Amino acid sequence: MKTLTFPVGGIHPPEEKHYTEKKGIENLPLPKQVIIPLQQHIGAPCEVQVKVKEPVSVGQLLASAKGFVSAPVHASISGTVTKIAPMPHPMGREIPAVLIESDGEDRRDPGLTGTSDFLSLEANQLKTKILEAGIVGMGGATFPTHVKLSPPEEKPIDTVIVNGVECEPFLTADHRLMLEAPDEILGGLQILMKVLGVKRGYIGIERNKPDAIETMTKRVDGCAGIEVMPLKVKYPQGAEKQLIKAILNREVPSGGLPMDVGVVVQNVGTASAIYRAVHDGMPLIERVTTVTGPGINEPMNLRVRIGTPFSELIDYCGGFKGKRGKVISGGPMMGMTQYSLEVPVIKGTSGILVFRDEDLRLTDSHPCIRCGKCVEACPMQINPSLLGVYVEAGGMDELESNRILDCIECGSCAFICPAARPLVHLIRFGKAEVMARKKK
Amino acid sequence: MNGTSGLAKGEEGEKALLTDTSIMDEEKKETTPKAVPKENAKKVPVKKKEAPPAEPLILSSSPHIASGESIPFLMHHVILALIPGLLVGLYFFGLDALRVLLITTVTAIGFEVLLQRIMQRPVTVSDLSAAVTGILLAMNLPAGAPWWLCVVGSGVAIVVGKQLYGGLGYNLFNPALVARVVLLISWPVQMTTWPKAQPFFQQGVDAVTGATPLGRMKESLLLHHDLSGIANVSLLDPFLGHVGGSLGEISALALLLGGFYLIAKRVITWHIPVGFLGTVLVIAALFHFIDPNRYASPQFHLVTGGLILGAFFMATDLVTSPVTHQGMLVFGVGCGLITMMIRFWGGYPEGVSFSILLMNAATPLIDRWVKPRTFGTGFRK
Repeated sequence: MKTLTFPVGGIHPPEEKHYTEKKGIENLPLPKQVIIPLQQHIGAPCEVQVKVKEPVSVGQLLASAKGFVSAPVHASISGTVTKIAPMPHPMGREIPAVLIESDGEDRRDPGLTGTSDFLSLEANQLKTKILEAGIVGMGGATFPTHVKLSPPEEKPIDTVIVNGVECEPFLTADHRLMLEAPDEILGGLQILMKVLGVKRGYIGIERNKPDAIETMTKRVDGCAGIEVMPLKVKYPQGAEKQLIKAILNREVPSGGLPMDVGVVVQNVGTASAIYRAVHDGMPLIERVTTVTGPGINEPMNLRVRIGTPFSELIDYCGGFKGKRGKVISGGPMMGMTQYSLEVPVIKGTSGILVFRDEDLRLTDSHPCIRCGKCVEACPMQINPSLLGVYVEAGGMDELESNRILDCIECGSCAFICPAARPLVHLIRFGKAEVMARKKK
Repeated sequence: MNGTSGLAKGEEGEKALLTDTSIMDEEKKETTPKAVPKENAKKVPVKKKEAPPAEPLILSSSPHIASGESIPFLMHHVILALIPGLLVGLYFFGLDALRVLLITTVTAIGFEVLLQRIMQRPVTVSDLSAAVTGILLAMNLPAGAPWWLCVVGSGVAIVVGKQLYGGLGYNLFNPALVARVVLLISWPVQMTTWPKAQPFFQQGVDAVTGATPLGRMKESLLLHHDLSGIANVSLLDPFLGHVGGSLGEISALALLLGGFYLIAKRVITWHIPVGFLGTVLVIAALFHFIDPNRYASPQFHLVTGGLILGAFFMATDLVTSPVTHQGMLVFGVGCGLITMMIRFWGGYPEGVSFSILLMNAATPLIDRWVKPRTFGTGFRK
């Protein structure tokens, strides 16, 4: 087995997986109430299909997709719709959501049917199932999966990669899923390959998860065209473009998508959700998420229903330890800080990470000392320090030619910066400016 | 919709939650307006659990962890790396060297405090960059430099070379080298009076001065058009430091140790030293091969003068060198070229300082022109 990696850039943050990597996935008890946002994906919001006071069952459609780049949402518990209103959302603003109060019965929508012999279905039938199940990228980017499965004819796909890299420090949800549900992941990959008519599938896993590599390698043994690819431990190995480069030595062109180089990448959580949607007929109503960090009493990997408020997960994990500083949805490199604990788990919530006050580096930033460490660390090989200076100085004309739009916001530059410059923050600001100008 | 209140603080979010019944138009029709507030009061008890309002959560842009590296951290590694070179200087030049070192370091820090006070900027001496400048300046001075020369040097380095540009990060030229060159041009006699290197235990009252190997080479070339002046110079002496020169440049070995330490600690990368030294080596070898009577051996060029000090400690100054690896190589090669041109054909015996300063001036251009290939552009398998 070779160890693959992307060739330039990258960093080695402390892995911090020890909090939860040995802990099996636990089911969080059914929440009394869920808050299901009508937008949990990149793209158009959904159109609500239920009314207040209406009873709903598990897996029932709550809101249908509006437009192609969109995904429906479903009830994750059975009960009664109590409210449809804008609610706090982990992406940092209020988004219309459907509130359901549980009846405690966990009644499954009788209309949902699975197919145990799932590979007997036609590619189109499988794709429809995926679309109807509201499946989106569960690694955090929440791009609707069926869109990735509908490449234009001039862009033939020849490879599917399942992303089990989980390069974000602290997070172990994907790791545990590979150990505990390898069948679902393999099934999901086989479905993806069938939908796309592809003969080659890879499962990329970082070498810091030897047990997952072993489990998955054993499981795929004998499956034609499917191979587990161990990858070097380096952040951001799990970034889509870097992963494709590492495994296939293909580069997604600037501004392009993986389909431009004939590849579809799906996270292991997504693969498992696809399997469940086809095999069990159950739409995406729950996910595995890691509740972790030095600010949590008992870090755990939890299988939770979509819409469960963060506070409930944190309480279940023994509550806060020490003075809570930041509560982050996602990992420490790319996650978003939360302003309220009442935000719900959504399809893309890969983890809830809590830092105490003393874990945070709250220093002032200094002027750039031009050490070049950010350039060295940048996996996209752009110049973060220069972009940061331009944004600060208002040199917005220089941003695009210096390739600001190629930034994947992985955070390697800001992580490494000895002057503690908020480089990602500055670059995001600059990107927004460039995009706004483009629209004019 | 007006629910998009951006990054509302915790309390604002709550308020909006309890009062805001306005939702998307289509949904409004489906909601019984009367029922909403009542249900809000009854069925959102989760919000009350949070009371009394804890301190607001900290909001910030990702990433949320950092490597822990800092400017003082980098600078303290530079100081550690300079210690072997300094010790050799102290060993061969004795208390004179210590005197120069203390004066430049203390006054460099003093000038930094003074300037920042005057300009009403935050005082940043704790980042250790002024201390590094002071130490580097001392290493570029003869051990016998008079006290006032040291003070003027520190002043030029910190005031003109650094603070007038805006402080650490904004200066275009290596501050210590600006000072060295200003002093060299203004007080050439004091700046080229080299005390003879004598082991500490042999130092006595009869301290004498001696020329540097490069000085002797230049003199010999001017007077005799050959290299007879350095015929009996052993290369082991400059390698270990038993040779005339600036107090911190004499021992190639000690400086190499420090340089490797900086590379190992990832304070600098190998690109500038390798580009610089490699170019010197290649050019010296080429000319030595063509005419060994006029051009000294590459080994001689490598271990003499300020080359090792310059290549590992002066040219690699973070602020004034390019930020990309490719640019650093170009920078190093440029330093090597200019150094050799001055050593061969220039008016000064040594060209390291001038070459680095000239390349400092070229750094913005290098950064503009020499860029790595951005991922996803121009890739051919």
